[in-house]
Amino acid sequence: MTAVTADSQQAYEAVFDAAIAADERIEPRDWMPDAYRATLVRQIAQHAHSEIIGMQPEANWITRAPSLRRKAILMAKVQDEAGHGLYLYSAAETLGTGRDELLDKLHAGRQKYSSIFNYPTLTWADVGAIGWLVDGAAITNQVPLCRCSYGPYARAMVRICKEESFHQRQGYEALLALSQGTPEQHAMAQDAVDRWWWPSLMMFGPPDGESSHSAQSMAWKIKRHSNDELRQRFVDICVPQAESLGLTLPDPDLRWNEERGHHDFGAIDWTEFQQVLKGNGPCNEQRITQRRRAHEEGAWVRKAAGAYAAKHSDQTEDHESVKNDESVKNGEATA
Amino acid sequence: MTTSLDSAALALGDDALVLSQRLGEWAGHAPVLEEEVALANIALDLLGQARVLLSLVGDEDKLAFLREERAFRNAQLVEQPNGDFAHTITRQLYFSTYQRLLYGRMAAGPADGTVGIHEELTALAAKAVKEVAYHQDHAEQWTLRLGDGTAESHDRIQRAVDTLWRYTGELFQPVEGLAIDWRELESDWLASVSAVLERATLTVPEGPRVTAWSAGAGRQGIHTEPFGRMLAEMQHLHRSHPGASW
Repeated sequence: MTAVTADSQQAYEAVFDAAIAADERIEPRDWMPDAYRATLVRQIAQHAHSEIIGMQPEANWITRAPSLRRKAILMAKVQDEAGHGLYLYSAAETLGTGRDELLDKLHAGRQKYSSIFNYPTLTWADVGAIGWLVDGAAITNQVPLCRCSYGPYARAMVRICKEESFHQRQGYEALLALSQGTPEQHAMAQDAVDRWWWPSLMMFGPPDGESSHSAQSMAWKIKRHSNDELRQRFVDICVPQAESLGLTLPDPDLRWNEERGHHDFGAIDWTEFQQVLKGNGPCNEQRITQRRRAHEEGAWVRKAAGAYAAKHSDQTEDHESVKNDESVKNGEATA
Repeated sequence: MTTSLDSAALALGDDALVLSQRLGEWAGHAPVLEEEVALANIALDLLGQARVLLSLVGDEDKLAFLREERAFRNAQLVEQPNGDFAHTITRQLYFSTYQRLLYGRMAAGPADGTVGIHEELTALAAKAVKEVAYHQDHAEQWTLRLGDGTAESHDRIQRAVDTLWRYTGELFQPVEGLAIDWRELESDWLASVSAVLERATLTVPEGPRVTAWSAGAGRQGIHTEPFGRMLAEMQHLHRSHPGASW
């Protein structure tokens, strides 16, 4: 951007602030503070990366799904996640960054993805627990994002939330089938819920007092609710669902608080959370290594597509369905 | 008792099931995000076809998870390991061209001179032919990109084209219950695949299209070594919980 005088900078800021105050959407061509742009890039990229890394724990069970119906549901879900990643990278690109650049940052460990995907899927029931709890937590987090002040992100979330709630119902249903199945299946379901409950609560991020980005994001109406508020909402939703599943939640301190009108729940192990964020979770190394390997091993394919497109660029054949590094770079250069 | 409908549905259903399983192994490993979507999409279509076809024969899950290697009737081509992306694309080109031509004939029904194809199979083919046309197009586009891309991609796909060639003859062994002109199907397939390979600047292999003893082997339950391992992975959980529902 060209240099802006102090006066016009103030004028831009005033327009931006008024738009936020009036609950209007900020669009890609609108002026926005650099920090607003940077926060959105960070958050949307992290969200996109989570969809992509999040394919791994579930894909781990595609080849082993115990019935053809469940296999089809799981394949469709993992496919949707790749699609969500694509929407989100597109949303991030409207802020002037490129998908390649974001992927490079993910691979270099300079951008994060959700801590939850650093936990392993050890049994089939984990697939159900991820659908119920992890997608449930994601939806609780994401539904308010459908009203986020940045238009492209909000619109991506509307599409994503629809599909996510479908997955969540399917996860719940898979877990119910296990819970009502043989004693071994029931035990498998309970074990999965025991392992995924606390990591799911951590998905809402650190407690309000320690959340570095929260206040600013709420002022900009990127976020609409605090971490603790959303976490409480999620717990209140899950308790009756666990009851109807016939499964227990692994928290001895969990009980209804009449006065607050909410469930009280036990303390989260924030040390574990910090460890996972730092890269010391059970699967951090494995997840990022697989992602890097897929990217590196696919380099020759992307190169081939680029070379072919360059050779045949004068032809009218429609190759829009396949994007590759080169076409994205060209697109950026001419944008 | 095995009827001719069972034979045909098992052969086609096992082809679709086994290839779907192989494509499912790609999830999270594709070279570009769009291919995560595309490969999963094709795998899902094939799984959908397999479920319809196996259900014509019996319980889809019993058939998928409780038969052993020797009872599977898929062609050996579809059980071949994924290898690199070029290998997967070539397997897909060979198979989806076959499926598109075969389903096209089946869907056309008796008007095409084909007789004796069960109604259920005609109905499946009529729906699936649209899906497999997309699969074939996807494989063709990638064959062109890889063949006419870089020197490395050209070499890789030429190698895959040569390696998998020996599994293509088996596709045209007559299947009981599918009264179609297999020779004509085979020559159409050869013409179509050769045209794509040539456009992709690749050499159409001259070697045999069957291995020394494998003509029709997959259709008779004789498979290649990697297949047993693939089934072990696919079936282990189902087999660990006899009689359970999921």
